[in-house]
Amino acid sequence: MDWPAAEDKALISVENVSFSFGSLPVLRDVTFRIHAGDFLAIIGPNGSGKTTLLKIILGLLRPERGRVLIGGQRLDDFAGRPSIGYVPQKATHFDPLFPASAREVVAMALRTPRPGSREGRHKEETAVRHALQVVGMDEFKNRRIGRLSGGQQQRIFIARAIVNRPRILFLDEPTTGVDAEMQGHFYELLERLVKEEGITIVLITHDIGIVDRRITRVACLNERLVYHGSHAEFCRSDTLKDMLAGGHHLISHQH
Amino acid sequence: MEALFTYGFLQRALLAGLFIALACAVLGVFLLLRKDAMIGHGLSHIAFAGVALGLFLQMMPLVVALVFSVFASLGIMKLKESAGLHGDTAIAIVSSVGMALGIILATLSGNFSVSLLNYLFGEILAIEPVEVWLSVALAAAVVLLVVGNYRPFMYLTFDREAAKVSGVRVRRLDALITVLTSVTIVLGMKVVGILLVSALIVIPAAAGLQLAASFKAALLLSCLAAVLSVVAGLVLAFHLDLPVSGMIVLVGFVLFAASFLWRKKRS
Ligand SMILES: Nc1ncnc2c1ncn2[C@@H]1O[C@H](COP(=O)(O)OP(=O)(O)O)[C@@H](O)[C@H]1O
Ligand SMILES: [Mg+2]
Ligand SMILES: [Zn+2]
Repeated sequence: MDWPAAEDKALISVENVSFSFGSLPVLRDVTFRIHAGDFLAIIGPNGSGKTTLLKIILGLLRPERGRVLIGGQRLDDFAGRPSIGYVPQKATHFDPLFPASAREVVAMALRTPRPGSREGRHKEETAVRHALQVVGMDEFKNRRIGRLSGGQQQRIFIARAIVNRPRILFLDEPTTGVDAEMQGHFYELLERLVKEEGITIVLITHDIGIVDRRITRVACLNERLVYHGSHAEFCRSDTLKDMLAGGHHLISHQH
Repeated sequence: MEALFTYGFLQRALLAGLFIALACAVLGVFLLLRKDAMIGHGLSHIAFAGVALGLFLQMMPLVVALVFSVFASLGIMKLKESAGLHGDTAIAIVSSVGMALGIILATLSGNFSVSLLNYLFGEILAIEPVEVWLSVALAAAVVLLVVGNYRPFMYLTFDREAAKVSGVRVRRLDALITVLTSVTIVLGMKVVGILLVSALIVIPAAAGLQLAASFKAALLLSCLAAVLSVVAGLVLAFHLDLPVSGMIVLVGFVLFAASFLWRKKRS
């Protein structure tokens, strides 16, 4: 598929998207763009519609109004899902006895044209090894996924999300299962994905406390888009003060 | 053991039994992980109605049961999807209706004939050559389809939403698994009978899952347990002059218990 070549063209643009679950409005007229090279954090309190917005972008839910363009195309006629990597919110809530090795979990997402052929198998090997190396989990590849720690599992899910070398990676509340100590390493990893692998990252979280200096752009969501801009501006802005003032319960930890 | 090399009917039973048990073993791993262990039990009751219908119409019961079960299983899937029913409710309802239909049809066709009893308790030694070839072909097709699609099946089982985003056609695969399961249940009924066929789906897979550290290992161990059950079950039954179906399932249970104890000891 063709991604826009020009730097200024958005990888993803969300245009006037509204959505409700039955009579419950969840998103109202949300508009923003994601550009190549962004390390974007979408923040908002629990229940503010972050996961819903992501599912609309991924094509798992249809917007009531508005539209989502991916690489300039409507999602309906968009065949390039492998170009999007996705780490779901509840990724680590799987059956702990599930019999899959770390390697098999990464390989699940592979979309090789002719997987049976020798060339296809070779490509798959290389792709899986690369993804495991990027997240630093190569040595654990034969361990059953349920026997890894929360942080290690998270890395495996990131490896699965990048195994098809996507242009953009979405992570929904990725730090929930990761302890504070590991969060530094986690952001290092994400920054490396942006800089070395050229992947655009969108991180979704309810926890403003974890928004790291490495993040370049911030979008604040609470049904509507409250703020969208650079991280530096965000830190100076009234939005942050308002949020910290408590009205939005941004730092609450109701997992 | 040498009896296996002497008697044609034993060889036919072994051949059909092995293929069918392998189909059960590979499907079983997915069904258990999908928390769908009871679907085999439910579908076996549907198959009973299908057999009774075949006997009533005086057509090949195996074929009638195949067609009947495939449609009924898709019906269960639709019922489950259209929500409003909790968990196993759809299976419970449809399987009771199947049993009820079976009993009525069996009574209408005269009485509970010997052949119906054979289907209930399994009589693999009486399998006819044409049924052997039909079973082997269908079971081989099931194994190939499951093994050929094992990666998307595994993805779908592990994380449905992520699988969708990766482009896995989840609804199509759901339907495929459902149809394959109903075909396999009908075939398995020939080996161990309606009353025990869900054991062929559940026990080898459960044994494999005890010891597997990877998905491939789970499939292979499940197949190994299935093969051992059929071979040892047939040989033991022949020498002890006991029912084959019961022996196959009991050997399977011994293998399950052994792998369970092995895992306990290891951890
Ligand atoms: N499947 C659903 N059916 C009905 N309401 C839902 C569903 N999923 C989410 N909601 C509601 O939509 C709102 C937004 O949810 P969500 O997008 O998950 O928020 P966030 O990810 O920001 O915590 C919440 O009020 C939630 O209760
Ligand atoms: Mg959420
Ligand atoms: Zn029953």
